[in-house]
Amino acid sequence: MTLNLDSKIPDGPIADKWDNQKFGMKLVAPHNRRRFDVIVVGSGLAGAAAAATLGELGYNVRCFTYHDSPRRAHSIAAQGGINAAKNYKGDGDSVERLFYDTVKGGDFRAREANVHRLAELSVDIIDQCAAQGVPFAREYSGLLDTRSFGGTQVSRTFYARGQTGQQLLLGAYQSLMHQVDAGTVELHDRTELLDVVVVDGEVAGIVTRHLHTGAVQSWSAHAVVLATGGYSNVFFLSTNAKHSNASAIWRAYRKGAAFGNPCFTQIHPTCIPASDDFQSKLTLMSESLRNDGRIWVPTEFDDKRSPDQIPAEERDYYLERRYPAFGNLVPRDVASRAAKAEVDRGRGVGELKNGVYLDFSDAIARLGRDVIEERYGNLIEMYERITDEDPYKVPMRIYPAVHYTMGGLWVDYNLQTTIPGLFAGGEANFSDHGANRLGASALMQGLADGYFVLPATLANYLADRLSRPPVPTDHPAFAEAEAAVRDRTKQLLSTGGTRTVDWFHRELGKIMWDNCGMARSTETLTKALSEIPALRSEFEKDVRILGDGDSLNQSLEKAGRVADFFELAELMCIDALHREESCGGHFRVEHQTPEGEAERDDENFSYVAAWEFTGDGNAPALNKEPLEFEYVHLAQRSYK
Amino acid sequence: MDLTLKVWRQAGPGTEGRIETYDVPGISEEMSFLEMLDVLNDRLIVEGREPIAFEHDCREGICGSCGMMINGQAHGPQKGTATCQLHMRKFSDGDTIVVEPWRATAFPIVKDLVVNRSTFDEIIAAGGYISVTTGAAQEANLTLVPKAVADTAMDAAQCIGCGACVAACPNSAAQLFTSAKLAHLNLLPQGQPERWDRTVRMVGVMEQYFGSCTNHGECHEACPKEISLDFIAYMNRDYRKAIVKNRSLIAQP
Amino acid sequence: MATTTRPAAAELATTKRKRPWFIELYGTALGKKYVMAITGIIGMLFIVGHMVGNLKLYLGGDHLDVYGEWLRTIGEPALPRTVFLWLLRGLLITAVVLHIHAAWSLTRLNHRADIKYTNRRDFIAANFASRTMRWTGILVGLFIVFHLADLTWGAANGDFIRGAVRHNMVHSFRRPPVAITYVVANVALGIHLWHGAWSLFQSMGWNNPRFNQWRSWFAWAFAGAIVLGNISFPILIVTHAVTY
Ligand SMILES: Cc1cc2nc3c(=O)[nH]c(=O)nc-3n(C[C@H](O)[C@H](O)[C@H](O)COP(=O)(O)OP(=O)(O)OC[C@H]3O[C@@H](n4cnc5c(N)ncnc54)[C@H](O)[C@@H]3O)c2cc1C
Ligand code: FES
Repeated sequence: MTLNLDSKIPDGPIADKWDNQKFGMKLVAPHNRRRFDVIVVGSGLAGAAAAATLGELGYNVRCFTYHDSPRRAHSIAAQGGINAAKNYKGDGDSVERLFYDTVKGGDFRAREANVHRLAELSVDIIDQCAAQGVPFAREYSGLLDTRSFGGTQVSRTFYARGQTGQQLLLGAYQSLMHQVDAGTVELHDRTELLDVVVVDGEVAGIVTRHLHTGAVQSWSAHAVVLATGGYSNVFFLSTNAKHSNASAIWRAYRKGAAFGNPCFTQIHPTCIPASDDFQSKLTLMSESLRNDGRIWVPTEFDDKRSPDQIPAEERDYYLERRYPAFGNLVPRDVASRAAKAEVDRGRGVGELKNGVYLDFSDAIARLGRDVIEERYGNLIEMYERITDEDPYKVPMRIYPAVHYTMGGLWVDYNLQTTIPGLFAGGEANFSDHGANRLGASALMQGLADGYFVLPATLANYLADRLSRPPVPTDHPAFAEAEAAVRDRTKQLLSTGGTRTVDWFHRELGKIMWDNCGMARSTETLTKALSEIPALRSEFEKDVRILGDGDSLNQSLEKAGRVADFFELAELMCIDALHREESCGGHFRVEHQTPEGEAERDDENFSYVAAWEFTGDGNAPALNKEPLEFEYVHLAQRSYK
Repeated sequence: MDLTLKVWRQAGPGTEGRIETYDVPGISEEMSFLEMLDVLNDRLIVEGREPIAFEHDCREGICGSCGMMINGQAHGPQKGTATCQLHMRKFSDGDTIVVEPWRATAFPIVKDLVVNRSTFDEIIAAGGYISVTTGAAQEANLTLVPKAVADTAMDAAQCIGCGACVAACPNSAAQLFTSAKLAHLNLLPQGQPERWDRTVRMVGVMEQYFGSCTNHGECHEACPKEISLDFIAYMNRDYRKAIVKNRSLIAQP
Repeated sequence: MATTTRPAAAELATTKRKRPWFIELYGTALGKKYVMAITGIIGMLFIVGHMVGNLKLYLGGDHLDVYGEWLRTIGEPALPRTVFLWLLRGLLITAVVLHIHAAWSLTRLNHRADIKYTNRRDFIAANFASRTMRWTGILVGLFIVFHLADLTWGAANGDFIRGAVRHNMVHSFRRPPVAITYVVANVALGIHLWHGAWSLFQSMGWNNPRFNQWRSWFAWAFAGAIVLGNISFPILIVTHAVTY
């Protein structure tokens, strides 16, 4: 352990910590703010919200995104909703309960103080977004409507049809564009961060490449915020947008920022199974479908009959059988593993035997087709568009898919990484979700970080640096980083191999899914740890990238991202191998109860694993931030 | 199925482009249109030919990145469907498919099928927002929004900003895009204080770059979210009012 | 986004001198669309009046001529003879000029904004009428000149007698090429009106989902009535169903 992981959790009772912190932190006076340059990388919920708010406060903000417009960030795809402890339904919700649900849902691997702050801020987020004109669903009274979501017993999820992420992001994007128009934020779209520059142990700026011109450029700033999203695409097939990648946080990691809990990934149980080898991504079907759909597989192995030919006694409603209390509504990780078990046993359904049935026929018989259509019409339509099957007649086929990464850059309570001045927000940080994220909590966290936490904590960091101009971009460190970026580009372009980047990415994804996916073991992880470097060295020799580096070159972009995924994949396996317990999304086959449930080891693993880069070819160093649970009592989850 | 693809290839902005023809055999009906292009691109790379550049990201019809003119129709033949959600079962064996980028002076071509749609961002920057200082918002339920209003605002707000409306319009007008954002914000009580300025400013920037509506209705047909032409009428009405109104009296009933 | 190349909004505002609001409005494309719609409405009102007046042809005798004379005397004695008629004509001429000018400059704007596809657009909603507005417009414009020369100034009418409306009409329409011209031109007018009568509701922002269906019914009915009424004159005259 070489890093000093000071979580900077403020003193006081948990409910007062954030207030105490805000009061204790330094401020920057309005007239001084424009003397500070701040870089925000990312224009998703976290990035757009942070950039807009910092701009509004008067800082000189530069916002970078590789998208052609900030509005296209992956946050746009979130469907279900956003949690907030408003208790508008009067059903007993409170900040405390949201806090409790999130810590428990995260299987006790999150920092209590952060989660409590998140729950407190959830309330302000709804106010902020409603004022921005986010068209949340309303009741006939004109009041805001909410619905219930997995893992909770209250109705606290605010939503805008099936497009909540879109509407929240548009709200943040519009505020951002307002600031762009006002001249406080300079927007750099189609500009990808390729390195983070650190001088004297503090962040000095970033190096970017413009995707259309290939121009490599340095930008210096007093502080840098990374809000670059998650890394589910290390698995190639995931529900994430195709371009989502880990390069920004990986570059930061290589420059000294610790990486927290890289192996914590969430697998979502209800996605449309892959249809062929050319599948390019997986589509999520909202979790809410499990409210009315029954999940089953045929009892016969390799049953070739169409589902309606299979009589009731030859169907295995395995979730209802194994978890009578929660049935089809067990949490995401449990449902996912159960589906995998059935498919692995050879009871999978569909052409490729790679799914399980989600059947609405009972619900239709009970409630009528109209009710089902009203509740799930848009999802069913989307399913039909993709599969050409009609779920009103034949059961849907679903299978789990990688969906979210709880791991990310390690940050302290102020969202600062181990590099002073480098902050991380949204899915990019290791965050508040522990080992498993509850539905509708990522949007909440991204916006809490962006609108409320980062603007406050950044001021505290900047206040001390009033008399210090940022490191100029002609500093040798920038030149060095630029040269490295150019070299890397040249290297990739000159490989001259025979295989496409996608081929390698797909292969990497297979290794990760088979060995570091829903179920992990010493055996599979060790296997992955030998296969990944082999594939990687093949990639370095045999990848083929055509075109040049001076214009739009999508293969080149992908290649750089996949190269980073190779390294990250290894770290994920190392982390998964070291964590000799099962918790949340991390299921180690060796650590399960006799009934096959995840078994935590609080005695030995109640900590955040923060990995530190120690140079190419060296094993990363493990640092531990112990987790203390003062308010929520450690307990084994049971859904029987 | 076996297909013939005719694709617009253009090396960069300002360079000459042309249609090139490719045979694409062995395509499965289950593939999406973009996956079909992936397959073609993989083959092109292996053959040492530059792959076709096209924009995409979510592949779920929500981010608005994808978009191409397929056989003369924006996003292809399926109504209410973005290119990434279009599946090959909508085509038949032996078809020849012509693929072109969006074409409008406001959307200059970057490469092959990729165009620059930043003019949309400029329209939003001109007023497509409700100014609310972070943290200054009041308790959300103090502002009641009748359900019908919220629903209509949501109908408008669904726009994914893909640009199909402009691509399909014989005048390259951006009326549907602009009016959808205006209607979303102008309909809501929260959007009232800035309503008239917003309308004038957004329309002003729109007209700098785009053509003018002649009420063909092609935009609605092309829109993957099937946004209604009613919003265009709504924008026209608000614009007229914005010009004529005595704004110092607006707070009066 | 080209944020760096775009002048800030404040700058834009100050560089523009403040002009009267209606000029300001006419300077914008949306404003021109209102002008198109309003002048279109004026034109439509005129066309209805014109047709209804002409239907007096079927009342026989000198009904039509008396009606023509009455038009010159409206407003008397408060106004001198033909003053009101000239005011109306002035309004119509202004409307036509504005309609044409707005159409012309919008067309130019649209041509600048649009780039042609190599493979033609496959139109789904746009119909023949909406796509040919400028051609039907030009046809109607040319026709109006001919129509004036024929029945107002008399230059294109071999046997023109001022004030003898019925005589002039029958004489003119007895010539088959002229009758055909009138029929063709009125069909073009009908097509123009059909799209225009729907379109004006959109341009003016007269929209209410409850009545939107009525807008297209109105357009059909209006254009249909005008075409039927107007082409009945040449057809019935050229076939000698109506005589001097
Ligand atoms: C299908 C789906 C449905 C979901 N539904 C829900 C839901 O219902 N509720 C919920 O709470 N959560 C949901 N989530 C999770 C949630 O959407 C994400 O976790 C969240 O939106 C992440 O936001 P972000 O701001 O951290 O990152 P993102 O939105 O991913 O944004 C990343 C930004 O960083 C930029 N960027 C990244 N790398 C670079 C670089 N190197 N250089 C420059 N720019 C860079 C990108 O351009 C982008 O602008 C869902 C996720 C998926 C996949
Ligand atoms: S790729 Fe996102 S809308 Fe098609």
